[in-house]
Amino acid sequence: MSLTDYLRQNQKAILKDWFHAVVDSYPAETAAFLKKEKDPFANPVGYSILEGLQGVFAQVVEGAEQEKITPFLDRIIRVRAVQDFTPAQAVSFVFSFKEVVRTRLEGDGRLQELAGDLRTLEAAVDQVALMAFNIYMECREKLYELRVEEVKNRTARLLERANAIWESQRKGEGSREES
Amino acid sequence: MAQVPKADELAKVSHRPPETPWTETPVEFRPGTFCYGAKPKNLEVVGLPNPREWNPADEDWKLPDNWKDITLNGMKDRLDKFRSFKLFMDICVRCGACADKCHYYIGSGDPKNMPVLRAELIRSVYRKYFTGSGKIFSKYAGARALTERVLKEWFYYYYQCTECRRCSVFCPYGIDTAEVTMMARELLNELGCGIDWIAGPVANCYMNGNHLGIQPHAFKDMIEFFVDEIEEVTGVRVEPTFNRKGAEVLFITPSGDVFADPGTYTLMGYMMLFHEIGLDYTWSTYASEGGNFGLFTSHEMMKRLNAKMYAEAKRLGVKWILGGECGHMWRVINQYMDTMNGPADFLEVPKSPITGTVFENAKSTKMVHIAEFTADLIRHGKIKLDPSRNDNKIVTFHDSCNTSRAMGIFEEPRYILKHVCNHFYDMPEGTIREKTFCCGSGSGLNTDEYMEMRMRGGLPRANAVRYVHEKHGVNMLACICAIDRAVLPPLMNYWVPGVDVTGLHELVGNALVMTGEKKRTTDLRYEPLPGMEDEEDDDV
Ligand code: SF4
Ligand code: SF4
Repeated sequence: MSLTDYLRQNQKAILKDWFHAVVDSYPAETAAFLKKEKDPFANPVGYSILEGLQGVFAQVVEGAEQEKITPFLDRIIRVRAVQDFTPAQAVSFVFSFKEVVRTRLEGDGRLQELAGDLRTLEAAVDQVALMAFNIYMECREKLYELRVEEVKNRTARLLERANAIWESQRKGEGSREES
Repeated sequence: MAQVPKADELAKVSHRPPETPWTETPVEFRPGTFCYGAKPKNLEVVGLPNPREWNPADEDWKLPDNWKDITLNGMKDRLDKFRSFKLFMDICVRCGACADKCHYYIGSGDPKNMPVLRAELIRSVYRKYFTGSGKIFSKYAGARALTERVLKEWFYYYYQCTECRRCSVFCPYGIDTAEVTMMARELLNELGCGIDWIAGPVANCYMNGNHLGIQPHAFKDMIEFFVDEIEEVTGVRVEPTFNRKGAEVLFITPSGDVFADPGTYTLMGYMMLFHEIGLDYTWSTYASEGGNFGLFTSHEMMKRLNAKMYAEAKRLGVKWILGGECGHMWRVINQYMDTMNGPADFLEVPKSPITGTVFENAKSTKMVHIAEFTADLIRHGKIKLDPSRNDNKIVTFHDSCNTSRAMGIFEEPRYILKHVCNHFYDMPEGTIREKTFCCGSGSGLNTDEYMEMRMRGGLPRANAVRYVHEKHGVNMLACICAIDRAVLPPLMNYWVPGVDVTGLHELVGNALVMTGEKKRTTDLRYEPLPGMEDEEDDDV
């Protein structure tokens, strides 16, 4: 049996381990809430993580292209990029997938047998991690961009108006000079 | 060779908060998670105490020597004066019903954002100094001494509550944590520890009547600028008047509508509507701000800034006041104005001159919300609307915390929306009406240095928008609050790109068929109306 088959068969358990590993990076009370609350609108963080992990898992296992993974990664990182995490903490959940799979294989006594496949999987996960860093940076840059835009817009109409007056005055002066 | 930490080790570096009791974990002031401290010049203008240069991230807050006495006396004063405050300190049974209802908790995962813990930050101090058991057995009674560390925690978490009152909807005892936050902010302000984004607008408003400090002539000039814009789009020239004595109605709206997009389009909508129905109204260039950041400072400051509304109504001799689309302005008007600066016996019970409807609900305050006013016009068939002009907009509606939880305005905006556009979809139950999620930037926290925290707080709101965006293709988020119009665009930009933000009366303005108008080809944003894309090209 290949690692891919193994992952497909154990999808539910692995996803659960992975989800718990990610969610346990929050304070204990919050981790409990993120696991327990089933209404996606009451628990958007838990749901973003869950849906994101499911998507990333499916794509990695099926060897999908990068573009297909991006939206799922984005779901999770967009949230973690604005929470109290360092950049490393924000994206480390990708790497924890390796630990989760390895631990499970070990527990099932399959590590030896699937070691070769596992190395390939781990290389794929490293690729995903690189993408994760890019998304994290995009999110942080977006925050700065939003700040700048907001400051500009606050008085945009005043400036527009002031410029219009200035322009019309200049035109006025210009015509006086000409005449 | 150095040992490279494993992923989970790396991730755990200060990852899970230290397992110390919450009462002993100090807060960390990281950029993006706190607002700048109030500047001395802004405090001086209104005579607030302890004006000085300071930075919340600094170790030394330059507090007055007797800061502890000031704070404890301030607490005592308020416990005596406000029964609600005393009750809220005493009656919480820590049932936890409110715990996961705060958007800041949901978005940040920080347990001190649970409303019950937020209140506990001050309640623990209350127990220590104001209850018998706390004085003797402090540790067991959940009491703690007031220290600078506690004060810093207050600052951090009470400026991380938008006073939205969502938690109070779920509390079986009706404990309103927003009011606890208000008290805490009052106490912080007694030490000069407010935030500048509130102190600045307060000072400006006090000096010049509006948050930006724009003087009367410039205010008038701006509104006239929009008269030109309206004419450009509709061919109709509206004629607003300013400080006109004897007008029937005084109109007051937040100044954000005058200076920043997309509020400006809503402003155009108001003026078009008033023109079309021939409303006898005037602007005041002194009461040129509906917003009241005094509400986020202290009850005295709220009263001081609010007073201009009635003062101007009296000076101009109007019959009643009509108010624009604003959030906290309505909380002040509906909950406090009447007892603070009223009763306004010199005004009449508002009666729509167009439909004859008497607004009994405003019998006391004499101030009507424009959503009520417009819904009444539509109901009586007094205006002609062409909703197809908004056909390119698939709209959902964000209930502002203040208009929904402080006023119960749920139906009027929806009624209007259903008449001015053809595609309207509500967000899921549990995220709207009285349970609406806050924009994450209310109560004076809408400053740019706080963007990271605002994105956390706004996540639950954005998440519900995302759902209708994906399910129904919603591309327009309507609201009736000026702060919403300012802060929802960045929120959408971060979480749900592809969704724009509009005021309700911008959509009314688009749909309104005006007497004598030219063939309209664009909406108020100069974007082609549905089906008019080619005509636009021809014009160019
Ligand atoms: S719901 Fe009310 S009583 Fe229960 S913990 Fe919250 S504030 Fe206290
Ligand atoms: S009032 Fe709003 S922001 Fe403040 S604690 Fe309650 S839910 Fe949170």
